[in-house]
Amino acid sequence: MSIFKLGAAIVAALTPALALAQEGGGIDAAINAAVAPVSNFIVSIIFYSVQIGDVSFPLIVGWLITAAAVCSIYFGFIQFRGVKHSLDLVRGRYADPNDAGEVSHFQALTTALSATVGLGNIAGVAVAVSIGGAGATFWMILAGLLGMASKFTECTLGVKFRRENADGTISGGPMYYLSRGFADLGKPGLGRALAAIFSVCCIGGAIGGGNMFQANQAAQQIANVTGGDASFFADKGWLIGLVLAVVVGMVIIGGLKSIAHVTEKIVPFMAAIYVGAGIVIMISNYDKIGWAFGQIVSGAFTGEGVAGGVLGALIQGFKRAAFSNEAGIGSAAIAHSAVRTKEPVTEGFVALLEPFIDTVVICTMTAVVIVVSGTLDSGLTGVELTSAAFATAFPWFPVVLAVAVVLFAFSTMISWSYYGLKATTYLFGENKTVENIYKLFFCICVVIGASMSLGPVIDFSDSMIFAMAIPNVIGLYLLMPVVKRELAQYQAKLASGEIKRFH
Amino acid sequence: MIKTFIVGYDGTKPSERALEFASRAAKGRGAAVLVVHVLEWSPYSFLTMEEIAERHKLREKEVIRARAVVDPVCEKLRTDGLSVSSEVRYGDPAEIMCEIAGKYPDSIIVVGRKGTSNLASRFMGTLGISLIQASPVPVTVVP
Repeated sequence: MSIFKLGAAIVAALTPALALAQEGGGIDAAINAAVAPVSNFIVSIIFYSVQIGDVSFPLIVGWLITAAAVCSIYFGFIQFRGVKHSLDLVRGRYADPNDAGEVSHFQALTTALSATVGLGNIAGVAVAVSIGGAGATFWMILAGLLGMASKFTECTLGVKFRRENADGTISGGPMYYLSRGFADLGKPGLGRALAAIFSVCCIGGAIGGGNMFQANQAAQQIANVTGGDASFFADKGWLIGLVLAVVVGMVIIGGLKSIAHVTEKIVPFMAAIYVGAGIVIMISNYDKIGWAFGQIVSGAFTGEGVAGGVLGALIQGFKRAAFSNEAGIGSAAIAHSAVRTKEPVTEGFVALLEPFIDTVVICTMTAVVIVVSGTLDSGLTGVELTSAAFATAFPWFPVVLAVAVVLFAFSTMISWSYYGLKATTYLFGENKTVENIYKLFFCICVVIGASMSLGPVIDFSDSMIFAMAIPNVIGLYLLMPVVKRELAQYQAKLASGEIKRFH
Repeated sequence: MIKTFIVGYDGTKPSERALEFASRAAKGRGAAVLVVHVLEWSPYSFLTMEEIAERHKLREKEVIRARAVVDPVCEKLRTDGLSVSSEVRYGDPAEIMCEIAGKYPDSIIVVGRKGTSNLASRFMGTLGISLIQASPVPVTVVP
């Protein structure tokens, strides 16, 4: 399909919706009313909360943290013992020169990171500290550190049980380790059922959290920096959405890799600017850093001024870490399993760096900048709070941040479109028609996400991302011994010198 | 005494000139020719998810294509009575050429140069320039 035909197809498919959307909130209200009961029902199951004192604790957050803690203990805190080996792998110390031209560990890491580094690190952290106080940061870091072990487990499994297609491409991820790994355990029926549940949730997560939420935040940010309510774009989310949808369509349907390439190159650059600016702010406020970390630690245990006290701070921190680094969700396993490596465990070692970079470094930096800049009590939240915190040092930063948000949103959409596609092909087989229907639907959802403020739909999609963790974590628990065997034989090969260091 | 002429060859005109020069010189000396085709590749570039999934398939195709460029010319030189071998490698051309040269002590590297005008050659002859600066063996740049 040519790009122009594609653009025309998207415009044609959306014209009625746009016409309605332009008339005002009519279509929003209609969709909300239709979706809300279903959505609320699913949200109430996924985010089922128990009351502890006057705080409600969502069980799914506990589910993820428990999995991360169990993986950490089961593998003897591999995230600390193995980190040097991880760095050596990423630096290519163990890369066989004869395998040059294959995907390197560095490339696998950066691609998986570009899917997780995004709005969660910028907007999500701001939400966490504005509700949970500075202390939320402490729990977020703890969750990030523990999450490294669940990421290690799921990415090793992703490679171990992936499937090589006849054309040389590879399909992998939780749906494959659930179905194939459980078949090895003599539970093929349970495996297939969990894999199907995972795939359905993954498609939901891709369309929702990986797409509509991203498009929505990007459109809002563009409207904010161009003048807020007075902006030309203020009520033209659909226009931004349409542009985004056409660009996304060009990449995922039109196969225009060059656009994806450009963003893949700009995203690390934007991340570097973001981290660089954060470091400059921290250096210029060096006298407050000790105080800021003091606030983070004391806030974590006193919960001073936070609704729900210590538990309130803890929930916010844990939730944000899980949202941001996706450890235990299973998404990264899809990306890592495509890498050609002889030893599945090497992907696990590389992947365990992701929660560290994403949560322990970037999220923490956002939180510290917000605390030292003194904007925490400004009453702002989300991107606006982060924006205000950075603007205290660099008045021009909101514009840079807006560009970064749009690019991060775009790269997250491209990555999640791939996750959703893999789940679709798992359910329906490798079929071009089904793939194109999925991709077209994905593009349409970009416009819907950007043009509407669909609270229930976004709640629904967030819950879908978390729902992925239910089948995935069951898989992690049952397949952990497989990973342990892989790890043991790999370490034996390292010790015997069978796996050589080349550089 | 030069025993091996290591030639950077990728099927382009300048590389053909380099190969021609090297094979003539090798014939006179009874030396061998090693034809090296480097496919540019950095393990630190950024890839999209789909590219990662397709990388292995693509790499196999690239190697077949590169072999189709290198093998016929090697065969032709062999029929002329030369001792010819070849390598297809991934990486940075200058780095790979230097690494290979390190394994052949009495060798010389021969590469072509794209540019003809003064200004153009300054900007375009980067492989030749990096080799001159880094090579462990003598380098001949064929204009």
